Amino acid sequence: MSINRRQFLRRAGMITALGLGSSFIISGFRKKEVAEAAGFAKAPKDLPAKRWAMVVDMSKFKTEADINGVIEACHKLHNVPKFPNTKDEIKWIWKDDYHHTFAGGHNEYLDDHVLHSPFMVLCNHCENPPCVKACPTQATFQRPDGIVAMDFHRCIGCRFCMGACPFGARSFNFRDPRPFIEGEISPDYPTRTPGVVEKCNFCYERLADGLMPACVEKSNGGLIFGDLDDPNSEVRKIVSTKFTIRRKPELGTQPSVYYLVGGGEDA
Amino acid sequence: MYKGGKIFASLIIFAALFTIPFFYNMGKVNAGPDVALNTAAIQQLPASEQQCVESPEFMRANHMQLLNQWREEAVRNGQTVYVNSQGKEFEISLQDTCLKCHATESASKPAVLNNPVSTTAGVSNPALNESPEFCASCHDYSAVKPLCWSCHFEPKEATK
Repeated sequence: MSINRRQFLRRAGMITALGLGSSFIISGFRKKEVAEAAGFAKAPKDLPAKRWAMVVDMSKFKTEADINGVIEACHKLHNVPKFPNTKDEIKWIWKDDYHHTFAGGHNEYLDDHVLHSPFMVLCNHCENPPCVKACPTQATFQRPDGIVAMDFHRCIGCRFCMGACPFGARSFNFRDPRPFIEGEISPDYPTRTPGVVEKCNFCYERLADGLMPACVEKSNGGLIFGDLDDPNSEVRKIVSTKFTIRRKPELGTQPSVYYLVGGGEDA
Repeated sequence: MYKGGKIFASLIIFAALFTIPFFYNMGKVNAGPDVALNTAAIQQLPASEQQCVESPEFMRANHMQLLNQWREEAVRNGQTVYVNSQGKEFEISLQDTCLKCHATESASKPAVLNNPVSTTAGVSNPALNESPEFCASCHDYSAVKPLCWSCHFEPKEATK
């Protein structure tokens, strides 16, 4: 019953060929194209842009009430919960004072109006987003139009992005957010689950419908939104002709949210 | 063989016990899931709209891959329109496209969430965590729990 070297090699070769061949047959059956002859397209009303940006005109945000209305419009639309404990807080847009918003550049002789106004802050949708680099699952990614978006389906809740973001723009769902959504839920945007990070998304779901972001619509001209890449857009004109400041520009993340401080015609 | 008789006897007893469920249920027909493919919501639509985004056979076999594809294209690539194999266009939306036909009809659930701080209502939200009946009819039967409804929900019209 002993076989010689030649027989052994021949049989081994045959079995290998058989194994490879059968695995190809099986995988060939399994890897059917899912959608038959399907294709995908952009929505007909989709607003195209190379780099979405926002200008916050501080002359239009004199009081906290002005900002609160904008926050409410956003948080209502996106089903952002309101937790009683501030440690659990979820925020897409929130307000902060001058010192915290523009840390490091403090000038004590600044105009009182600037020093004591509340500033509206949100995700800056940076051109070089550190959160995107930190995300191990690519749940946070940068869209071709510059929006730093989140795919909640992929988020594993590691919170690396929260550590990476220098602006504190990200919130983590420590608890089930659903019972803490105030009033009627908005059917236009899904809720989140515990263990998922969330933040402002520049209302990309509204941009796909040809609408401006909810905060911009609610701001009475205090927020100007547009394509920074388009030389004729209003944001581009403001950014290139007026003096605007951005949060922590020294970090090199290139925020897309510009603050027009003491701006406007009446400045 | 050493103690062969005992070994074989035990093996036979083991095999018999192990296969009892199979013999017990043999010949009994298990009622399959009752999937409502012809609901009033679908019947109300004009005839040209009654066809699903793909053929029923395709959807039965591949709806999960199709949903994954939709998610990928809509969320990550910004492609919110699906062109099906017949060239017909559909908006990619679980709530507005799928559930337009496949929503629960008998539901009487108000889409209102109460903050447990301000009310005495509990913290869980079965009203929203439940799958629509259409999904549940098969998914309960096969004990596969879809995770869609922990974030997405049925359109307001269906939950009235």
